[in-house]
Amino acid sequence: MEFLHAMTIGPIVEIIEYPTFFMEVLIGGLLTGVMYSLVALGFVLIFKASGVFNFAQGAMVLFAALTFVGLMEHGLPMWAALIATVAVMIALAYAIERLVLGKLVNQEPIILFMATLGIAFFLDGFGQTIWGSDVKPLDVGIPSDAIDVGGVLINWFDITAAVVAGLMVAVLAIFFQKTRIGRALRAVADDHQAALSVGIPLKTIWMVVWSVAGIVGLVAGVMWGSKLGVQFTLSLIALKALPVLMIGGFTSIPGAIIGGLIVGAGEKVAEVFWGPAVGGAIEDWFAYMLAMAFLVFRPQGLFGDKIIERV
Amino acid sequence: MFYREAGQFKTNYAKDQGIFPILQDRIWIYFVLVVAFVIIPVFGTDYFLGSIMLPFLVLSLAAIGLNILTGYAGQLSLGTGGFMACGAFAAYKLSTGFPDMNIIIVFLLSGGITAFVGVMFGIPSLRIKGFYLAVATLAAQFFLLWLFNRVPWFTNYSDSGVISAPPRAIFGDFFITGPDATHLSKYLFVVTFVILFALAAKNITRSGTGRNWMAIRDMDIAAEIIGIRAMQTKLSAFAVSSFYCGVAGALWAFLYSGSVEPLSFDVNRSFQILFMIIIGGLGSIMGSFLGAAFIMVLPILISSLPGMLGLSIPVDVISHVEFMIMGALIIFFLIVEPHGLARLWTVAKEKLRLWPFPH
Repeated sequence: MEFLHAMTIGPIVEIIEYPTFFMEVLIGGLLTGVMYSLVALGFVLIFKASGVFNFAQGAMVLFAALTFVGLMEHGLPMWAALIATVAVMIALAYAIERLVLGKLVNQEPIILFMATLGIAFFLDGFGQTIWGSDVKPLDVGIPSDAIDVGGVLINWFDITAAVVAGLMVAVLAIFFQKTRIGRALRAVADDHQAALSVGIPLKTIWMVVWSVAGIVGLVAGVMWGSKLGVQFTLSLIALKALPVLMIGGFTSIPGAIIGGLIVGAGEKVAEVFWGPAVGGAIEDWFAYMLAMAFLVFRPQGLFGDKIIERV
Repeated sequence: MFYREAGQFKTNYAKDQGIFPILQDRIWIYFVLVVAFVIIPVFGTDYFLGSIMLPFLVLSLAAIGLNILTGYAGQLSLGTGGFMACGAFAAYKLSTGFPDMNIIIVFLLSGGITAFVGVMFGIPSLRIKGFYLAVATLAAQFFLLWLFNRVPWFTNYSDSGVISAPPRAIFGDFFITGPDATHLSKYLFVVTFVILFALAAKNITRSGTGRNWMAIRDMDIAAEIIGIRAMQTKLSAFAVSSFYCGVAGALWAFLYSGSVEPLSFDVNRSFQILFMIIIGGLGSIMGSFLGAAFIMVLPILISSLPGMLGLSIPVDVISHVEFMIMGALIIFFLIVEPHGLARLWTVAKEKLRLWPFPH
């Protein structure tokens, strides 16, 4: 009975009694969700353009952040480190295209997925071999104090993250809609064969996509790095981006954002109000269960392309 | 010259359908059995038996389990660690709740419980496929581990959270768990168990059920159209696979590590076992053993190599290098030989059939 009360009536009463606290939790969750979306965006880009489910996105986030911090520790000014890291990520995209994906053309998607698992392991090991595995603090000058909006405390850092994510979506939208290469990308995403036959170079396009995903990874890495410090856990955050993708749909950029918001808000609210009743730390799995429940009703996610199966 | 089937006539169907239809294969298997049951127990040191053979055999069993699900039935799973933990905790609860129950029955029952849990998490596979399913199985991984960590009932309300496996004997004084058990008795028990289970798995995959799994793997819609029930087939794959993983988890906790802790079944364990079947060969029982051996031996090699060469490399760097090599090997195998070590084995046998003649 007590347990039932703690699961059903208790949290609702608590929410109604302390609306400001609820708002604070909700907004905190939404803003964390934005951070998840940053990682999820990289996944969506690659999946859209090449149909590869890139498990290595998390490792790319970690690798980019490690390189950025490592270069800064070696005395490079921030702008130089940023440019150098972008160059490294582009080189990485080239290497992945050349050494891995190029050799696996025409393989089943599941094989490609497992190949990206290999890439993820390789990058995790490579980055830490070069730059070491201790936690590196990263300060890019984002203030960490909180402001008061109508009685609800919001962290400056979270607001910055939200703004960055918004900017990124805008830039990506312009890139996809207005530039020549963006149009080519959309064509490739639509139909590989047709794109090839009108003369779009597939290999170049894939390289571009992986580079863009690498740069998105860098942004995500810098944001997460300045929140948690640059460390191995960043690679695990990618795992949290997976339920985000499943809820939003693998092929939709707005989906990645909305999915992130749902996951972030859902897990924070569940943790704070329902967590104590079942022993806490339900953040670990809540997102996955939520995504699973979503999928049973909408297998393609909220905004994903409808899955059509043919024999 | 030595390896060919010429002159070996099959006079009935049973012989024709044997697992090892060729005499030379049978000799090879007898040889392996002699090595496993006589040579290794007689000459193996405690370190070799306890720290190399035990984890190798237990992980092979888990790899067979995952191979049934991923290699034969085509359902990618990242929840192996969770299912192993489920088996370990089920065995712990059963053996402490019913102290008189024979430990073999405990292991089998805990496999059964895991099979039930596996079916529960397999239900979404009817609606979702491919990567989506892989992510959904991550839910099993994280949820199950959280459950065993947080709900004190599973650890019998122990304060430290670290619980040790109770001492149990199969019969009389033949202890296989607890402080009285020798490495030799543990090894003999596990090797018998694993060989029997491998044989069972081989036969299941050769049966009608196994053929249904493969049909679903190759194209589930087409399989449904020719009359294979997708739901039963997928769920049976989940059940059998989870059974194997559960038993493996129970063996790992009771016989290898001696303590039941969620930490040894985290998501890295799931990846490790997935890598075993990728490198060993998807859809091959033999491959599960080869892959497990490969992944077990590799870290030992990597960590002892610098010492042999006279270099001193810090331990954490070695573990990172291990990650790198593992990742690179996965990619290498996927590019060069997507069917893994098992395929190399088959190729070697075909070459041997002709040898020493060119045609």
